[in-house]
Amino acid sequence: MKLDNIYQEEKKSNFAKVSEIIITMASRPSGFIGLSILIFHVILAFISPYVAPYDFKAINPTLMLQAPSAEYWFGTDDLGRDVFTRTILGGRTALTITFFGSLIALLWGGLLGIFCGLVGGKTDDIVMRIVDAFLSIPWILAMLLIVSLLGTSTEVLIPALGFFYGKGIVRVARAATHDVIAKDFIVSARARGHSNFSIIWNEIIPNVRDAILVEGAMRWSWMLLGFSSLSFLGFGVSPPTPDWGLMISNARGLMSFAYWSVIAPIVGLSSLIIGINLTADAFAKALGIDRSTKAPV
Amino acid sequence: MLFLIIKRILLGLITLFIVSLITFVGTEILPGDACTTYLERQAFGEQLEACYRRLGLNVPAYERYVSWAVNAIQGDFGYSLSGEMPIKEVLGPRIKNSLVLASAAIFIGIPIALILGIVTALWRDKLPDVAISTVTIFAMTIPEFISATLLILIIAIWLEWLPGIVIVPTDVSLLELLPNIILPVIAIAMIMTAHMARMVRSSVIQVMASEYVQMAILKGVPYWKMVFKHVLPNALLPAINVVALTIAWLLGGVVVTEVVFNYPGLGRLVIESISNRDLPTVQALAIILASIYVSINLLADLMTLMLNPRLKTLQIRK
Repeated sequence: MKLDNIYQEEKKSNFAKVSEIIITMASRPSGFIGLSILIFHVILAFISPYVAPYDFKAINPTLMLQAPSAEYWFGTDDLGRDVFTRTILGGRTALTITFFGSLIALLWGGLLGIFCGLVGGKTDDIVMRIVDAFLSIPWILAMLLIVSLLGTSTEVLIPALGFFYGKGIVRVARAATHDVIAKDFIVSARARGHSNFSIIWNEIIPNVRDAILVEGAMRWSWMLLGFSSLSFLGFGVSPPTPDWGLMISNARGLMSFAYWSVIAPIVGLSSLIIGINLTADAFAKALGIDRSTKAPV
Repeated sequence: MLFLIIKRILLGLITLFIVSLITFVGTEILPGDACTTYLERQAFGEQLEACYRRLGLNVPAYERYVSWAVNAIQGDFGYSLSGEMPIKEVLGPRIKNSLVLASAAIFIGIPIALILGIVTALWRDKLPDVAISTVTIFAMTIPEFISATLLILIIAIWLEWLPGIVIVPTDVSLLELLPNIILPVIAIAMIMTAHMARMVRSSVIQVMASEYVQMAILKGVPYWKMVFKHVLPNALLPAINVVALTIAWLLGGVVVTEVVFNYPGLGRLVIESISNRDLPTVQALAIILASIYVSINLLADLMTLMLNPRLKTLQIRK
């Protein structure tokens, strides 16, 4: 009878597990707000090209810096482009690039961290020294250098961001691996003569997955911040692509008399970053991981 | 104990050595060298040769690395490409300006963060906590350039209280600099304070839940005496390391803030030297910023070691 119960527990499908986590997340007010904002932005990113009222790159000198009106909800910018159109389109590039960037970060950071934690010894020492060295170079300096030498295309930005935000995950994955590695089931797997690969795949990954996923979710919001900073500094996406960081940087000089063109992208970007942050926090709490004492590394 | 300190310092030096290798190899394998990127279209024939000779790029890479490293240890980073000034002289006033900005933000930020963190932890889930925590979440998640832009819009443009943009030469005296830095300091201190306050909060909450605090409560120790004698000393120790990491992490954010306010510090130099494709300066900046990061961490490690007798014995036993 007891054994039966254990099997029942095991048989719960992945779908059921995921929906359970999401329900737990949404049951706290902060998690609910975060999830709603995130879902809103993702839906907006998909439908915005079809609902945008104007052409995002249509320049019209007669409509320069119009205040918000019934026709142009958020006014127009210094080239007479509709700010509402550009604002609802402005998150698509950032969301896509940072989403795939964090996937890459998650993959290489997680795997390298697990490997180092499992192998230990000299290899571990050397890799961790190199990771430390990369951590001590400010990300913005490295990213700017890469982008200025290789260009700002998506094929450069995604792997570069993925690389620079993955090194922190290496440490987290390694620490999580250290926590499980002394457990009996690893020792017995070794005794059974399993290979390192099989131990990683079957024993370690299921146990450290949660910690790494939470870290990845957090990285996503930091990467979004980093990517928009790059755009803001003129090293991210190139005009006329609508992007919040770029829009803020363009409209900033004129904000003393056209504040609307800077407020709209600010609201867009801030809400998305806060949304992802709250979601990641709620995700961590739903999985029972406390990361409130961690520094942003 | 002494052995431990020496070990930490050695580890820091090794990290810096690897950083120097990374920046050197990185600028080496990325397409284009200092001369071709600087001269762009004119990068051929006599001009390219002259530039190579001037920067000493005509010798093998490892020789260049050794001579660069030897000079860098003595504080000589060679010449910048665009200004044709020794990098040392370019860096000096910038470092001073950034230090003024950072230390002002730290001195304002740390006490406020401590108070906010302790208040939110002691009134956990009550009104003060909910209100302050909401504000800190906003302050720490919003990008630096947004909070800085909003500060300029509200305080400098709408209220006209303070100048929004810093318009001073790089080598300005401290007294002239001061009124200009109020807004940048607020912008940086806001984010830093929010990060630190959250860490102090969770640290205090953890200690409050520990057995010796329960014991003190049961023994009837007055509440505030217990907070100051038992909780705070134990809660603030682990926070030191995290605070150090936060400060070091902000080095990246300071770059953006300095650009927004047009502040003549290290951060703007990063952007300027990269826009001008001045690779020698970029290398020097990478090493200097990395050294700051490593020394802040080292300092924090040593401080926790000195202040925590338990950690001392624990580490030695390891």
